[in-house]
Amino acid sequence: MSSPSEAPSGTAAAGRPAGVIHDLGYRPYGGPRLGEGPVAWSFFLTGLRNTYGLGRSGRSKVLPMGLLGLMLLPALILVGVLVQARDVLDLDSQIVSYSTYPITTQLLISVFVAAQAPALISRDLRFRTITLYLARPMRRPVYVLVRLASLATGTFILIGSPLLLMYVGGLLADLPVGRETTRFLGGIVGALLLAALLAGLAALVAALTTRRGMAVAAVTVVLLVSYTVVSAIQGIALGTGNDTVGEVAGLFSPYTLVNGVQHYLFGVEAATATPPEGAGMGLLYLLVTVLTVLASIGALIARYRRVSP
Amino acid sequence: MIETAGLTKRYPSVTALDDLDVTVGEGVTGLVGANGAGKSTLIKILLGLVDATSGTARVLEHDVATEGAAIRALVGYMPEHDCLPADVSASDFVVHMGQMSGLPYASARERAADVLRHVGLAEERYRPMGGYSTGMKQRAKLAQSLVHDPRLVLLDEPTNGLDPSSRDDMLALVQKVGHEFGIAVLVTSHLLGELERVSDHVVVLDSGRLLRSSATTEFLHATGSLVVEVQGQPDAERLLGQALVAAGLTARPAGGGQIEVVVKDEHTPDVVRDLTADLGLGLVRMQERHQRIEDVFREGGAGSVLPV
Repeated sequence: MSSPSEAPSGTAAAGRPAGVIHDLGYRPYGGPRLGEGPVAWSFFLTGLRNTYGLGRSGRSKVLPMGLLGLMLLPALILVGVLVQARDVLDLDSQIVSYSTYPITTQLLISVFVAAQAPALISRDLRFRTITLYLARPMRRPVYVLVRLASLATGTFILIGSPLLLMYVGGLLADLPVGRETTRFLGGIVGALLLAALLAGLAALVAALTTRRGMAVAAVTVVLLVSYTVVSAIQGIALGTGNDTVGEVAGLFSPYTLVNGVQHYLFGVEAATATPPEGAGMGLLYLLVTVLTVLASIGALIARYRRVSP
Repeated sequence: MIETAGLTKRYPSVTALDDLDVTVGEGVTGLVGANGAGKSTLIKILLGLVDATSGTARVLEHDVATEGAAIRALVGYMPEHDCLPADVSASDFVVHMGQMSGLPYASARERAADVLRHVGLAEERYRPMGGYSTGMKQRAKLAQSLVHDPRLVLLDEPTNGLDPSSRDDMLALVQKVGHEFGIAVLVTSHLLGELERVSDHVVVLDSGRLLRSSATTEFLHATGSLVVEVQGQPDAERLLGQALVAAGLTARPAGGGQIEVVVKDEHTPDVVRDLTADLGLGLVRMQERHQRIEDVFREGGAGSVLPV
């Protein structure tokens, strides 16, 4: 803060009495000006803080913090059971696997993404704050990528932190360290892929609508409905013996898609009725995942090219 | 500070700027024109946000077409429309915007506190901006344009939507930025009287063309006549007018109970005073008549420019 002892130097006000703290005159800034990298980094951090409501009004913290708590609660209970009752129940692995946990909690994750993507993306468009960002040195694609990175990282923290809790719990319960670490890292890779997928899709939907309520509803519908429909089709496919139909259907929801990729890459137990079988289908799952992420980034950049300042 | 040459911007249906040559220097420069005259388009081109159809523009020695980022680092911009997120406090927001302009966090905090004090946002700076009045929002918008200590600020209609007293405050701030802070200002308005008061230089745009560009003092030279207001009788100004004409002076009614008297020599004011006394009238006012900017526009034919 300004203090009276710091006399204004080199300003028009230098000649005036500086006895009053409220009238120091204007002080020019002579310090360093950072380049694109540090600016993008601080933009990323602010965006990440904003996804959890930090630096925003008290009300905006309730939902993301509440969801993070709800995400951690089942993991905490599972860890408690694992540590306390391992011998009684004769457990030698996690009660719920790392790759299954995000599917079990998919409702919470979807709500988080649906609520926070508009808070980060639509907000700049609705209040036209985007103009102020564009009037600063940062380039448009950088703006888009950093916003997306903030959202994806926020989502990754939501998906990844219960997995970390389970991993720590697993070590405390003396599960084999090597096997547990491998499974945990597989789970983290899955969490990363899922976060990137969800953030990309949600950001794209949010960028296409400036009305926050609309964006929340649209993202919720896309994520929840797609998962419900896909798991229904997979159930029917399994029941009628048409496994291939179910495997193809699995490509159309981020949750089943990422679970399939994990099943293919790490051979983990599948959480869906019809996981991808065979290398061809597995590769297709991986390819669709990567392409979806890239396509949503490309579409977002194209969308922002048309934003008028 | 700013130089444009042959600057033209055509949209499919409308020509926003037409072969514009403008030079803007230090101090406060007013950019006047009716809504749609091309003011905002010019500002967006100067920031490198919109490409010109043809012609060139240089801001602070940088070409707008190729060095937009360098310009945006040195220039502050206050848009005409709302641009403040509702759920962030002015304090947090201005700090953030300072960082976005490349200031380290500690410097951004210090600068934000400084500029918020200068624009006159006190305790309310810690409240979410969604609850601000229009006047407070305009102050916050001005603060974010100054936080990185730019060399030039582009203020697009800063008095828009303000009541008369807030408008006076905002104009005083604009003048302070231009003259005390040493930051060059380009300020737009469709209200002439405002710019007359705060600008050193006025640029007039009409339908994307340059109508006039000159120092404000040139607009305001004395016209060589006096405005006289008298009272005492129902037709006091008519009586005085007749007496003045009889005394060999040129006088005409100026409306609102006032008479405009052409100054013949240094005795003219004395003659007016004596005649008023002789007629038993009270002299309410006698002052030199200055030409106002709006008169120039009437002569220039910019009928669409609104006087205050």
